[in-house]
Amino acid sequence: MRTTSVDKPKAIHSPEEPTRNTGIPLDTGWLKQVQVNKSAVERRVATLIARRTVKKQWQAAWLLKAVSCIDLTTLAGDDTPGKIHRLCAKARHPIRGDLLEALGVADLGISVGAVCVYPTMVPHAVRALEGSGIPVASVATAFPTGLSPMKLRLEEIRCAVGEGAAEIDIVITRQHVLTGDWQALYDEVASFREACGEAHLKAILATAELATLRNIQRASLVAMMAGADFIKTSTGKEAENATLPVSLTMVRAIREYRERTGRNVGFKPAGGIRTAKDAMAWLILMKEELGRDWLEPELFRFGASTLLTDIERQLEHHVTGRYSAAYRHPMG
Amino acid sequence: MSSVREIFETMEYGPAPESADLALGWLEEHRHTFHPFINGEFPRFMDESYFESVDPRNGQSIARIVQCGDMEVNAAVAAAKAAFASWSALPGHERARYLYALARQIQKHSRLFAVLESLDNGKPIRESRDIDIPLVARHFYHHAGWAQLRNETFIGYEPIGVCGQIIPWNFPLLMLAWKIAPALAAGNTVVLKPAEYTSLTALLFAEVLQQISLPPGVVNIVTGDGRTGELIVRHRDVQKIAFTGSTEVGRIIRRETAGTGKKLSLELGGKSPFIVFEDADLDAAVEGVVDAIWFNQGQVCCAGSRLLLQESVAAKMLAKLRHRMENLRIGDPLDKGIDVGAIVAPVQLQRIRRLVEQGRAEGATCWQPSWALPQEGLFYPPTLFTDVEPASTLAQVEIFGPVLVTMTFRTPNEAVELANNTTYGLAASLWTENINLALDIAPKLRSGVVWVNSTNLFDAASGFGGYRESGFGREGGNEGMYEYLVPNWERFLPAYEKTEIVLSPQPLANSQHNAGGEPLIDRSPKLYIGAKQTRPDGGYSFSVENADGSYVSEAGLGNRKDIRNAVEAAHKAESWSRATAHLRAQILYYLAENLSVRAAEFSDRLILLTGADAGEAYREVAKSIERLFYYAAWTDKYDGYVHQTPFRNVTLAMPEPWGVMGVVCPAERPLLALVSLIAPAIALGNRVVVNPSWRFPLLATDLYQVLDTSDVPSGVVNIVTGHSDELAKVLAQHDDVAALWYIGSAKGGAMVERESAGNLKATWINHGKRRNWLDDHQAQGWEYLRHAVQIKNIWVPYGE
Repeated sequence: MRTTSVDKPKAIHSPEEPTRNTGIPLDTGWLKQVQVNKSAVERRVATLIARRTVKKQWQAAWLLKAVSCIDLTTLAGDDTPGKIHRLCAKARHPIRGDLLEALGVADLGISVGAVCVYPTMVPHAVRALEGSGIPVASVATAFPTGLSPMKLRLEEIRCAVGEGAAEIDIVITRQHVLTGDWQALYDEVASFREACGEAHLKAILATAELATLRNIQRASLVAMMAGADFIKTSTGKEAENATLPVSLTMVRAIREYRERTGRNVGFKPAGGIRTAKDAMAWLILMKEELGRDWLEPELFRFGASTLLTDIERQLEHHVTGRYSAAYRHPMG
Repeated sequence: MSSVREIFETMEYGPAPESADLALGWLEEHRHTFHPFINGEFPRFMDESYFESVDPRNGQSIARIVQCGDMEVNAAVAAAKAAFASWSALPGHERARYLYALARQIQKHSRLFAVLESLDNGKPIRESRDIDIPLVARHFYHHAGWAQLRNETFIGYEPIGVCGQIIPWNFPLLMLAWKIAPALAAGNTVVLKPAEYTSLTALLFAEVLQQISLPPGVVNIVTGDGRTGELIVRHRDVQKIAFTGSTEVGRIIRRETAGTGKKLSLELGGKSPFIVFEDADLDAAVEGVVDAIWFNQGQVCCAGSRLLLQESVAAKMLAKLRHRMENLRIGDPLDKGIDVGAIVAPVQLQRIRRLVEQGRAEGATCWQPSWALPQEGLFYPPTLFTDVEPASTLAQVEIFGPVLVTMTFRTPNEAVELANNTTYGLAASLWTENINLALDIAPKLRSGVVWVNSTNLFDAASGFGGYRESGFGREGGNEGMYEYLVPNWERFLPAYEKTEIVLSPQPLANSQHNAGGEPLIDRSPKLYIGAKQTRPDGGYSFSVENADGSYVSEAGLGNRKDIRNAVEAAHKAESWSRATAHLRAQILYYLAENLSVRAAEFSDRLILLTGADAGEAYREVAKSIERLFYYAAWTDKYDGYVHQTPFRNVTLAMPEPWGVMGVVCPAERPLLALVSLIAPAIALGNRVVVNPSWRFPLLATDLYQVLDTSDVPSGVVNIVTGHSDELAKVLAQHDDVAALWYIGSAKGGAMVERESAGNLKATWINHGKRRNWLDDHQAQGWEYLRHAVQIKNIWVPYGE
């Protein structure tokens, strides 16, 4: 005899279309109240992933959801149009058709959340994705360090948007955080946001270079106050990539921002997320801390390049019962 | 069954059952019938009766277990007694090997233990898998180390003998480990009784004992309800009782064991505060609350069940908490994605319901999440009460369920007052990002454990146990080992001669004239309360005689009101407990100095009163002065520890004075015994109410002037002369006296232990055994220092 566990009734799912974060004036009083206890954050993430697990068809569904939230990324010095074409082809068909059939979701048109590239690769990506509805995201503002003159960084955004990028992943100037110059950080992100126009802005905090979780939470809040649509952990080029403690800290900032302003801001962990198991941990984090709404590409993305392959293998295992191999899945 | 497509939309978790097959197979193998483990076997007895063990998920019986009676308990104790000689004589290394083997076996079979625990108890598999069982293994590893190191670490101590251990149902195997590991490490043998709701993991553990070939009789496990426990508590051949359970039963055991010579440790109930200051990380504190009160369905003795919120953040914190409660998942304990499992038994569930109803009736506001409970099984939802006042039943009574009550405070001082406004004192949790505040508040909380920015952290290296009516004794760490050891000098102490015990003053009869017939100048000493010489409340005196029976003087006959006044004076001297150790040491040295100035006078008094010869009297005075030096020396060196708990934090084991202590002194060596007892107590920061030798009070009253001239602050030492056992009884019954030392007759000692059950004060008695106060080995040292303090463990995680 087994009682079934009771799932909480569906999260309070707001029916109206999510409206874009327009930002609010810089509130330094709020920043002063920020308290982050590192040990408690670490305990929470350690138990969070032990408290929840998803099995069988639930696992398959969650993995498919993870796929739909991937910003399929290539940000390498040796990127070429050919490489971009291959990636975009994968973005359109991230999972083998026979597996989608077997899972009963072939007609859902599951694709990745976006393709993320350097600015000069944007035109190639835009062409390759034409008609797919998949947005092209471009890094900009002197990625990954951000250390070039402001007018060049703004011009880089305008350029990428002009080439058809629908999303711009900007990097912040870490100096502003490390010196506590919140006004400068606010002005910087607000300028970037203005330059983006209709394109959505993802603010990369490069958390590994911000020293403390408190700084990370403050920087998250300032980026949101300045109108960021997403906040993102890392460029993938820092010494440490996305971690769960950092993500929890940022996600709680998003929650607090929503509570105070009513605006939803998205979250994008990036770098180092390579396995299906990692992906599940982040999905659980989002569902537990922010709720069901943050399990959609509108509010959640993985910045990843190799994650998809591992998810494909897990899905094939779910379908066949046999452990899969990477070479069985078309590369991107 | 939901399809992938549907789940892709709902993004629900779905079931994630842990297989119970192996555990059910184990039950099946035993035909769901279990017998006690005695002398290395599972023997059958005549006329066995059985009780049922129930799966709390559905109320169905999963096992029938023998209700052990006289025969079983006698056999178990006899086996433990027989095994003691050889087990205690084993080299530490060999005992260490057994404990190490236990740790390894538990790790190897960890999932079976975890599943069986959740089946039997109803706790979520995540908890039994990730918390209970790993802590069990850790406890045996840690204590394998103590077994190895016992002789060199606990010099002058030896094992006690047969330990009777009675454990609760909330952490069945973990409590077993907390009891058995230190007992075996110290060299004792054990008769353990698991709670009747949750015997199964103890019985599986018994099989592990067979696997590692632990010598028969070293550990015996008898099953049954409170009746079986009572047989253990009353058994003549049991030398130590360790009990974890309710305060009510703790009191019964205290009375039951009074005067039997059984060593006792009690880990009882709690109503622990969870204090959130305005500068806390509130999101962290919310998770803390989850771990505090919804861990193990709130069936945790140290559960943070009173949420104290600073007013400025109360509304925000409560909003976050309600939101978090909506996300808790309750259900099948064997589902891996469950936060809250089932309540252990119907009677517990009824108790929770009744108390919640009472809370509502008293006007408190009850809030529960919107989701529905499972249809079947013993479940109770996480519950939050606001509009609760300290006077509410819910704020005072231990509910032992997933029910949290909230109160607010304005200032840190008010937080401390609310936190301490309880008869319990097990644990406390405090949340602030201000280290100054944290380290200011932690010592002010009257509880055995304080968790800073954390909660419900446990480890074998850190002592766990309560203040006040949460019991006494510690489990874990080196402080826990002392609960299973006794000083090696105790065994050899002789009993008092009968004549020594009946020594009592004569009623007022003698002439108050000197030999020449001339009236004496009256210098009848009064009592010494709050540094003032006070006439006894009752207006009676008693006469004091010389060794030859002739009249010397009168002394004030103290009564219960004098004790009351002395206790009040001692409470007012609270600053002594906070004074620096250096200052206290200086005052003890000063006392020694002033006593030495008057050494001749005290010697003469001793000669006159006790009939001692000059040499003997001189030795007593000289030894008294030395002893003051001895404890002055210890004052700033009795340090405490930083325990090595296995994660990033500092665990401070701080020795804290009891506060107000009673000290009842024996007839013999009236000056030296008095000094030997008072000095360690005040050295470590206690304020004392002393009843000096009933027969020879003048040695104490002569000290008044020494105390006055040595800068001993008012109220630190209060002296009430009079009938020792009468005054000891008043002290034992006094709820505002935290500890009581009684050195006197066996009968008086038994009375003290029995009467102390009211507030469960810690007592230290001599069981009618005579100490040689001139022998340093038995009249001073670690045992005296240890009994003058209780250990508070403060956990301070760090990291920015």
